[in-house]
Amino acid sequence: MSALHERLVIAVPRGALMKESLDLLDGLGIDTSEVRANDRKLLFEDVGIVTMRPSDVPTYVEAGAADIGITGKDVLMEQPEREVYELLDLGFGRCTMVLASVAGDDAGARALRRLGVMRVATKYRKIALQHFARTGRQAEIVEVKGSVELAPLTGMVDAIVDLTATGTTLRENGLVVREEIATTTARLIANPVAHKLKAGAIDAIVERLRAA
Amino acid sequence: MIHPIPSGTRDVLPDEMRELRSILAAAHGIFERAGYGEVATPALEYEDTLAIGGVGGALPAYRLFDEAGHVLTLRSDMTVPIARLVATRFATAELPLRLCYFAHAYRGVKPQRGQSREFLQAGIELIGAPAPAGSAEALTLLCDTLDAIGLREYKIGLGDVGLYQTLLDSHGIDGDARARILHELVSRDFVGLGREIDQLLLPDPEAVEQLKRIPQLRGGPELLDQLDGVAQDAAEGLRLIHDRLEPRVAERIIFDLGLVRDLDYYTGAIFEVYDPKLGNPLGGGGRYDDLLGRFGRSLPAVGWALTIDRVHVALAGERSE
Repeated sequence: MSALHERLVIAVPRGALMKESLDLLDGLGIDTSEVRANDRKLLFEDVGIVTMRPSDVPTYVEAGAADIGITGKDVLMEQPEREVYELLDLGFGRCTMVLASVAGDDAGARALRRLGVMRVATKYRKIALQHFARTGRQAEIVEVKGSVELAPLTGMVDAIVDLTATGTTLRENGLVVREEIATTTARLIANPVAHKLKAGAIDAIVERLRAA
Repeated sequence: MIHPIPSGTRDVLPDEMRELRSILAAAHGIFERAGYGEVATPALEYEDTLAIGGVGGALPAYRLFDEAGHVLTLRSDMTVPIARLVATRFATAELPLRLCYFAHAYRGVKPQRGQSREFLQAGIELIGAPAPAGSAEALTLLCDTLDAIGLREYKIGLGDVGLYQTLLDSHGIDGDARARILHELVSRDFVGLGREIDQLLLPDPEAVEQLKRIPQLRGGPELLDQLDGVAQDAAEGLRLIHDRLEPRVAERIIFDLGLVRDLDYYTGAIFEVYDPKLGNPLGGGGRYDDLLGRFGRSLPAVGWALTIDRVHVALAGERSE
């Protein structure tokens, strides 16, 4: 491991983006074997890695608890107030943010026509609100924490806004995509102060990732 | 009995106050010695008056009405009230004016580490001193103040709000495309910046490369020598400041060609103070050569403010080592 990387603390997302994030760090010469071998441990001081859920990465990076981090564009879109630099599109973890509803006659469109407002369940409140505001429609956002697909099946809402990679979960629950809102991929982000004080180390990583 | 106080505010108890006082006293000693006279302005101002200054990202968060129905706001910084004060009370004073303040300002931020809705600032305004000499004086005073406070590891990021605008001008980029590019820059999103520049379909690949690369450059004065063409001319203001700095000040400077500040009255050099012990800047400032004119006395000016709570956290961090 080079001395350059030693000085940076990197926030790595657990979950779907974790394996490819660690592969990327391997490519930079950072030894991630301990992280891979250890499912419960969160802080790996020797290699400067902290692991957390993707939506917490901007929080740690903004506060300076991590110098740089990897997270999805969906997370960054949902937390636009975070003061972090978005340095690089890492290309992996490609997903689509979609508006979906139960197959057949579109309940969302029907609700808009007859009731003037669409009820939408989502974990992405800001992204959903912005999408409806931008397209000049009224929506009532219902925030849920668990499986969003359940909400329209029970009749609680007319449609959902959710992230999908392959569309399998949507299909299995009888939902179809009505609109594509955005394509999201993993991004490399940096703390604004680290971006200046550790410019050399951060730029070295960005250059190598860009060349990869 | 527990009685709540508003989110983002706090009480200060004697132990902390003693440490804050020593920071304020150190700053005050430096301001006094450099000939900066202390002023105070009301915490409440007419909303219409502050709006003349334009506040951009630092919108006042607290408004109230007086008995005549006027909208009053709690000031979101001290620079705009001082611009008002100078135009009103120093209309014929001899220049340059050197003013300093220790005052609370109020913003609607999300409270977190080192960020409050009510925060104490110590700052200076140097009015009637044009670039580059005025900017160099302000930066030197900033270093003197941080040194006197006892910070050892701080650095100062120095950029120029006009630099990237000049580059966009030189490629004839205007209208919506320009606004979108500047939005990405202000949002610190270099992925979005690259995407917007690609969408311009500029015929010259070197121009594309330059527009993407320059706002990401940070480093020592050698950075300015690497620039060529339009970029070199655009960075002339930074070079002139650098030429006027003493070595002890110059060695604290990190040139940052993509630096942005969330206040929209800045016109030239801008700066931010960093300390490795804190994840956000301790303060900052810059030139605001148009602001006084908006209040009726057109004068070049430069100023900065330190957020004392953050300085305190950084100082405590440095001392705990």
